[in-house]
Formats: sequence, C-alpha cells, structure tokens
Amino acid sequence: MSFDIWPGEVLGIVGESGSGKTTVLNCISARLEPTSGTVEYATRHDGPADIYRISEPARRLLMRTDWGFVHQNPQEGLRMEVSAGANIGERLMAVGARHYGNIRETATDWLDKVEMDTGRMDDLPLTFSGGMQQRLQIARNLVTAPRIVFMDEPTGNLDVSVQARLLDLLRGLVSDLGLAAVIVTHDLAVARLLSHRLLVMRRGEIVESGLTDQVLDDPQHPYSQLLVSSVLHP
Amino acid sequence: MAEQGYNFAYLDEQTKRMIRRAILKAVAIPGYQVPFGSREMPLPFGWGTGGIQVTASIIGRDDTLKVIDQGADDTVNAVSIRKFFARTAGVETTERTEDATILQTRHRIPETRLGAGQILVYQVPIPEPLRWLEPREAETRKMHALEEYGVMHVRLYEDIARFGHIATSYDYPVRVNGRYLMRPSPIPKFDNPKMDRSPALQLFGAGREKRIYAIPPHTGVRSLDFDDHPFEVQKWEDVCALCGSGDSFLDEIVTDDRGGRMFVCSDTDYCGRRREAGHAGPTSRNGEADGA
Repeated sequence: MSFDIWPGEVLGIVGESGSGKTTVLNCISARLEPTSGTVEYATRHDGPADIYRISEPARRLLMRTDWGFVHQNPQEGLRMEVSAGANIGERLMAVGARHYGNIRETATDWLDKVEMDTGRMDDLPLTFSGGMQQRLQIARNLVTAPRIVFMDEPTGNLDVSVQARLLDLLRGLVSDLGLAAVIVTHDLAVARLLSHRLLVMRRGEIVESGLTDQVLDDPQHPYSQLLVSSVLHP
Repeated sequence: MAEQGYNFAYLDEQTKRMIRRAILKAVAIPGYQVPFGSREMPLPFGWGTGGIQVTASIIGRDDTLKVIDQGADDTVNAVSIRKFFARTAGVETTERTEDATILQTRHRIPETRLGAGQILVYQVPIPEPLRWLEPREAETRKMHALEEYGVMHVRLYEDIARFGHIATSYDYPVRVNGRYLMRPSPIPKFDNPKMDRSPALQLFGAGREKRIYAIPPHTGVRSLDFDDHPFEVQKWEDVCALCGSGDSFLDEIVTDDRGGRMFVCSDTDYCGRRREAGHAGPTSRNGEADGA
C-alpha cells in the first residue's frame, strides 16, 4: 500500500478488525519498523527524510515535538501517577521549558481549549472520567504545536454523547491549528465527521481510497459497499 | 590486627581488580552508572553492600577509615562496617572526619569540609534517577545516552503543584558535569551543595543494583530546579540543642510522649568536637520547658 498525507489534511483509515489499520498507524508514526517499504516525512529544516533512517535522537525529538499520538485507551498515553497539569507540561519540559509559572499557564490554557475545568488541574487522571482522560490526552499531545497527530480510535471507549462532543472539539482543533491528522477508526460516522480523505483497508491492503463523502456515498469496491451497508441506524 | 583466613579487606584480588576497573570508568565519565559484578557480602542487601565493596577495593594498609550512618559514627550499621574492616584489613579507624582517608557513608555528607586526597564512599539503594518515571531499564539507558532528562522536571513540577514548593528533601536529582543525571543516594538536599566542586573523590556503590558511579574531585554538580523555583536547602528555626550549631543538618528527636522534642546535629563527630571546644546549646532550657 502507498499513500500521501499533506499538511492540514485529515486522513481517515477504516476497515474491519484485523485489517491492519493500527499496524499502518504504528508504522507511519515510528513506533513499529515496517519489514519493507519506507515512511518519508518532510522535516521542518532538512526536507524529506525516511523516519527509520534518520538518527534515533532526531526521530525521538520528532515524536516528542512535531508529532502527537492519541491512544484509544487514554491510560496508555497518560502518566496516571502525576496530575493533569504535569501531564500537559511534560512535553514542554522535555523540550527545555524550565519556568514553572509559564508551564502552568500553558497547561491552564490547554485545559481550557479542550473544554476541561481548569480547577481539576492538580487532580490525578485516575479521578477523571473516560471522556476527560481522552481530552487530557489530546491536550498533552497538542501542547508542543505538532504538525501531525496520529489517532487510534480516539473515541472508541466513550459513550455516544461524549463521543459527539469530543468529535466537535477535535474537528475544531484540527481546523484551528491547521493540523494534519491520521485517524484510524472502525466507526464510519467518526470518519465522515473528521476526515477529508478516506482509505478503506482489508487484509492489509487498501481496497478503496478517495474523498470521504465520495467513498461513503458511492462506494465502488464490494467490501466498501458491504461496510457502508452494514452500519446500523437507530 | 587483621583476622587470619580472609584475604586483605575480605574480597579476593580478582574481584577488587574488577571493581577498580569499574571505578576508573566511573571516574572517567562523571555521573555515568557503570555496571559491575556485585558480590555477595556478609551483610544483607540494603545495608551497604555496594559501599562496602567499593571501600574494600580501594582500601590500603595505610588508610584510615571512618564510617557514618545518617551522620552518626555510633549506630549499628556504622559500627559493624567499621569493625568489619578493622578485622579483615587491620586498618586504622577514626571518628574524626579530617583524619580519615576513606569515609564510607550512608545518607549524609560530613559537616566538616572534605579535603583533597580524601575519598567519600556512598551506599546507594537505587542508583537510577529516572526509575520513578520510567520502569524500563533499556529505556532509561537510552534516555541517559540521548540526554533526555526533561521528564525529571515532571516530578519537581508535581511537587510544586501539590505543596507549593519543591518538597523533595532527600535523594534530590543532580546533573553532574553538565551531562549525566544522577541520584546522590538518599542524602538530604542540605548536603547537595557540598558535592559541587568538592576536592574529595566521591564514589557511589549500589550492591543490589550492581552499579558504580563517581564524581571526580572539582567536578560541577548542579541540583535541578525551575527558573522561578530555585533550588533551596532545608533551614531550621532551632539550633542544635547540644552544641548550639546553627548551620549543620539537625535531626528532630522526640524526648517523651508529651510532645517534648529537641533538635541535634546529625553529624555526631562535628557536634562532639564543637562541645569539646566549649560550644553549648540550649539543652537545659529545653529540659525545663519539657518538664513544665
């Protein structure tokens, strides 16, 4: 399979369980080296680079600053034993922020942006609901103004009303910040709301790709047709 | 006189050579944790097996040894380690800080300033400063290699967020020579400034974790902090009840079950010598207050 993603573009990847969506996401986010093929990223200063060929420090720096990764399960993406503020501040401190007041101010600002009560700043993520944990995870990733965010089922664990609000929030943030994003989901409604372009995967291959509305309204491949027709409507 | 039947200073020569090689490497890379083949010693892990192996490898017949435990020369750990070397190496022991050539310590640095030629050996329970934040050993090594230490500040941030100031008061993380992040063993942060550019050689041994690290003489040691929350050491409102010292590390001692307490120097040698020199603290006055 081969695909491009451009600055400011939101790419959705849909498909059944086991079709390789998450593996693809891990490969392109430098978390799992592919057995063959390359992943190129246009770095800010040195032009396009194969992310598995650049030096490890450079790659880790990219992952900490230019990229974000939102896990399906927020507990994987958060430090559960430190407060919400510290979770947001961690990336800032990792890139050299050493002024407590400024870090705190930025963290407050971000809690506000993801519509969380800033009074919960010093509480542990364990005391938060699933939706709040997911918001916190998003804030923690966006605090260093990344250029691309990888999301693995960002709303998978949430009930529908929380899902809707989180999707609203994500859509707003992505368009305000001009983020590029890759969103892996099995939920076609999520894909429809967030992504500009859609890839349909099955058994490790892209069976169909195109603009989201086009793929969902007029699916060409038999598998895409099956996928779209199996959505339940309440 | 040394006990018969043991090699000089207990360890066999081959082991001592191995440990010396690790020490040399540690001195060459200040703050870097050098793995070494820690041996079983005749005392339990956690009682100073790392420090005792380092001491055993560097001690010679003409050395004078001082051992302290939380600053005191007369506590069980200090007494038994001192006796151990007196018996297995037959070396001179002392309680006077400036007379010692090797000082093995648990959780304190003596108040008397150390000089060139002296070696301070620390007993270290957990050498890895990043352990609290990153449980994977492979990952912490990588973080050291790539100098990814920003995450250490998360812990200090958390302190300020919860307590309004950096509440970590012992085992306070430091950067050695502007490079490696190091755990100074559980000494109070009061002692951190004493490590900076000390003319004495400082060796750290962790027996259970099998690591040795070092601060060579005159090496810069900086305690981590925030720009708006600079590093500070503990202060006491009281002075030592016995010797009246106002600038040493004080232990709080509960004297009865009615709230009576007194503060005394944790460094017994320092305190005792001040009293010999005629200094006195407000012991008697405190005594009356307690009785009331």
